[in-house]
Amino acid sequence: MAVASTPQSESSPVQRLGEQIYETLAELGEMAQFSGLTLSWMVRKLPKWNVLVPNFYTIGVSSMPVVAITGTFIGMVLAVQAHSQFAIMGLASRLGSVINISLVKELGPVLAATMLAGRVGSSMAAELGTMRVTEQIDALSALGTNPIQYLVVPRFMACVLLIPLLTLMADFMGVIGGAAVSTQMLKVDSYHYWFYSRKYVGSLDLFAGVFKSYFFGAAIALISCHRGFHSRAGAEGVGRAATEAFVFSFIAILFLDFCIGIVWNAAYNAFYPEPAHLL
Amino acid sequence: MSAAPAPALSVGGSTLELINASIQFRQHLVLRDITLNVPRGQTLAVIGESGCGKTVLLKLMIRLLKPSKGMVKFDGRDLGLLNEHELNQTRLRFGFLFQMAALFDSLTVFDNVAFGPREHKLFDSMTLTRIVHERLHEVGLSEEIENKKPAELSGGQRKRVGLARALALDPEVMLYDEPTTGLDPIMSDVINVLIVQTQTRKKSTGVVVTHDMKTVAKVADRVVMLYPLARLKAGEPQILYDGPPEAIGDSPDPRVRQFVHGEAGERLRELAQQRDGES
Repeated sequence: MAVASTPQSESSPVQRLGEQIYETLAELGEMAQFSGLTLSWMVRKLPKWNVLVPNFYTIGVSSMPVVAITGTFIGMVLAVQAHSQFAIMGLASRLGSVINISLVKELGPVLAATMLAGRVGSSMAAELGTMRVTEQIDALSALGTNPIQYLVVPRFMACVLLIPLLTLMADFMGVIGGAAVSTQMLKVDSYHYWFYSRKYVGSLDLFAGVFKSYFFGAAIALISCHRGFHSRAGAEGVGRAATEAFVFSFIAILFLDFCIGIVWNAAYNAFYPEPAHLL
Repeated sequence: MSAAPAPALSVGGSTLELINASIQFRQHLVLRDITLNVPRGQTLAVIGESGCGKTVLLKLMIRLLKPSKGMVKFDGRDLGLLNEHELNQTRLRFGFLFQMAALFDSLTVFDNVAFGPREHKLFDSMTLTRIVHERLHEVGLSEEIENKKPAELSGGQRKRVGLARALALDPEVMLYDEPTTGLDPIMSDVINVLIVQTQTRKKSTGVVVTHDMKTVAKVADRVVMLYPLARLKAGEPQILYDGPPEAIGDSPDPRVRQFVHGEAGERLRELAQQRDGES
């Protein structure tokens, strides 16, 4: 029997570039649609408690140790690295302000989000990817349940609602770690350390970090769930989905951090025209 | 070559209809202009080589996949015109036994079987417990396994739990995707008997996708054989056979006879030609 064959022509580099751009745009459109559906399901039907609680536990409670350890060490490392420079200038007593402002505005939120992307994001992508490959997501649809409502909304809610708490924990542990190293190991005067910390780190700075974290949490959940939902077949496909979930989430965290930083500063300068001086 | 006419086995009106349905994934056309009626009460077996689109056909019937062209009707209504709520309500009238059962890993056997009725709040908890136990008994499983997770079950038990889950909503149409694949001959026969019992007891319509000619002989009222599009001549219909199971061995088409008798025949010559072409 004659076999119907399709002609295979070699595509040119320009054609391949065009295809790549088309696929990237299609992917972004799909991602936007996925995010829109997730948000619309949040409004239409909230998940049941017995679905929410395990997700809150996995995403929030189980992430606490790793976030706490990371926060502590970052505070400690900041103290060690900044002390020598500040000591040369005779400003060692002001170390607390630099360590703590860096922690609450930048390092706490970004590192908590990075840890969440690494620990939870890849795990969510792998879990949902496995569900896709083993047809469990199709089974949900066949049973009249929307998979986005059942699988994505609880994970999204857990990430968005718990990441501020994880950020606060990273901040707190970083402050403790930085203070312990500065005052106990590097012998910075304790009174001045806390005096300058209080003077230059305000509640608005703390809020700036927490505010950012909501966006980071949303990005991690949406990107990771989207990668999982579109996982390719086999162990390689699921592995790739998990890796992409972390890489894309990390890029999104840095990108959002930059954008929110610009917007925040513009808004701050609009409300408080006098620039705040750290030193 | 024209397909054999469908046998007159209709018990009532046509319940499931595909009209010129085609589907393609990116550039790859899998099904082309499939027109098929499954009358109420009939059990249709869909056979064909791996990759010919049998599972895709099954997923089109419950709109887990959308046709690129043509339409799928259930009880005279185009599934493509239903809104999400209507589609979910319609899906509750279907039961789907997936190839690898697609049990939810994180849930126990009880919760898997209870999933559909519980999500749609169809019964109180006592009635639900009774229904789950009834369905487990119907598929020959005791209540002792109801607290086990899917990972603790054998292949045959998983298939039977999958069948119990599909039956929990008392569906009008049962879709079985390769129900005996990967099972030993005895367990395959157990599943075949369960399918026959289900179809007889519930008087439901059934579509069974399978490679197994024993399953066809045991459960089917009618057989449809699909052929991979890539190996069809231009203009040939994709359905090579549509008729009663008893007559399939006498089909005038050698490709149908070769499939039924498990003879590689022309396929070996095609593979040799392909190899020569590649080298």
